[in-house]
Amino acid sequence: MNPFRYERASDVASACASAARPAAKFIAGGTNLVDLMKLQIEAPAQLVDITRLPLDRIEETAEGGLRIGALVSNSAAVADMRVRRRYPLLAQAILAGASTQLRNKATTGGNLLQRTRCPYFYDTTKPCNKRVPGSGCAALEGLNRMNAVLGVSDNCIAAHPSDMAVAMTALDAVVEAIAPNGSTRAIPIDELYRPPDDTPHIETVLESGELIGSVLLPPPPAGRQIYRKVRDRASFAFALVSVAAILDLDGERVRAARIAFGGLSYKPWRSAEAEAALVGAPATRAAFDAAGTAALKDARGYGHNDFKMPLARRTLRATLTQAAGLA
Amino acid sequence: MKEFLRSMATRRWFLTTSGAATLALASSPSMAQPAAETPPLPIEHVDLTINGRPYALDLDPRTTLLDALREHLGFTGSKKGCDQGQCGACTIIVNGQRINSCLALAVMHDGDEITTIEGLAEEGVLHPMQAAFVRHDGFQCGYCTPGQICSAVALLSEHREGWPSYATADVETAPALTNAEIAERMSGNICRCSAYPNIVAAIREVAGEGSQ
Repeated sequence: MNPFRYERASDVASACASAARPAAKFIAGGTNLVDLMKLQIEAPAQLVDITRLPLDRIEETAEGGLRIGALVSNSAAVADMRVRRRYPLLAQAILAGASTQLRNKATTGGNLLQRTRCPYFYDTTKPCNKRVPGSGCAALEGLNRMNAVLGVSDNCIAAHPSDMAVAMTALDAVVEAIAPNGSTRAIPIDELYRPPDDTPHIETVLESGELIGSVLLPPPPAGRQIYRKVRDRASFAFALVSVAAILDLDGERVRAARIAFGGLSYKPWRSAEAEAALVGAPATRAAFDAAGTAALKDARGYGHNDFKMPLARRTLRATLTQAAGLA
Repeated sequence: MKEFLRSMATRRWFLTTSGAATLALASSPSMAQPAAETPPLPIEHVDLTINGRPYALDLDPRTTLLDALREHLGFTGSKKGCDQGQCGACTIIVNGQRINSCLALAVMHDGDEITTIEGLAEEGVLHPMQAAFVRHDGFQCGYCTPGQICSAVALLSEHREGWPSYATADVETAPALTNAEIAERMSGNICRCSAYPNIVAAIREVAGEGSQ
């Protein structure tokens, strides 16, 4: 680990000002950043510890939603009965991620900003445009079974590893950010992540020193919520494919649907195509398969991850079948 | 068993003593940085309460909580397995919650209350979870065991507080600690000897959930 200066922030304004300096970074749970610092993939000159800031509350909103502070741990979010009652798919998604030890440390803001687990991002002997811009992408021709199939570029096919963010994307969550000049802005979670294009090292729209203060969950939409995760072992593994689905039925027809996939892209992949295919359709396996085909229409495999397209279609079908009560 | 515990105590005394020798070596003049080019490493003061007793440390901010415990204070019960949060051998309880001490910077835990495996037994009497691991043969080589036991102790308090797990069908409920629930809740602790069935049995017994 490279040496760094440590600063314990006592208020949000000074934290943002400190983190806006060159080579400075916020640290909260540290479960991803400390690991990356040990490997010298991250080498900040200064760490700004934000864990003592008052951003650890879950508050009701006037509209009937919840505002989750950026420092609410993953465990604390799921321990909150309001989260479990109103947003069961968010609770399921958070519980599907990592281990209890990690969830006790990992924060809401940090979970959103965790880095990819692409093996070539971690392997400092291999080229990686995300780690060393311009060096190339070893995953394109490499062991890419965990990598993305939608929305990526030939410069980077890394997948976003979060489960929590997939559920939040289905819930139309809004990321509330605070800039060093004190101004705040609301970023729909679907617009938080930047496509890799030719700058895969720039992962979000957040500016230098800009801090996630909270995540706003709108009131839960009508319908049954389910998060389903497919992985190489039963627990404590990243998703090959996951589906967050909210299905609202009117008799035997779909009135409304929200579909987001994990493991397929640089961000949680909300599928407007799948949702459009479902609305008004009968709640049948055939209709669910058609939605899956629509969702994966533009997907491209890179060899080892070609299985993700059929796996995503089948996982969507299984999730919707369960949500419709047909299973 | 008494022989085993006595030999462990002796081994710990040896490691503590040799740890102090290593510390003395590290601060000898031959190891000092050349003063001219590199600025002095920043040192941070850290106060920790470990197993009920206060400790004060001056640490390089890069020091993890695990290294502070093992290398600076001689609490070698917590083990370094993978050093990247995957194996759980370093699990300790901080402010009532289990964490991977290998991924925690000690300086960020200034003022925190820590329980390690060394703090579970009281006045020479094993903690009920330690005793259950012995009774059920919940280990073979023993390297993961301190982390397993700290994790299991925290698991029971999480369950008492009503926390669900991914194995819980309805996240609004707090279910009984079945084998499936315990396995899911313990998935952050790897055992290369695969003592899992006996670990689960030990935890079930302490949880009072019967033997099936």
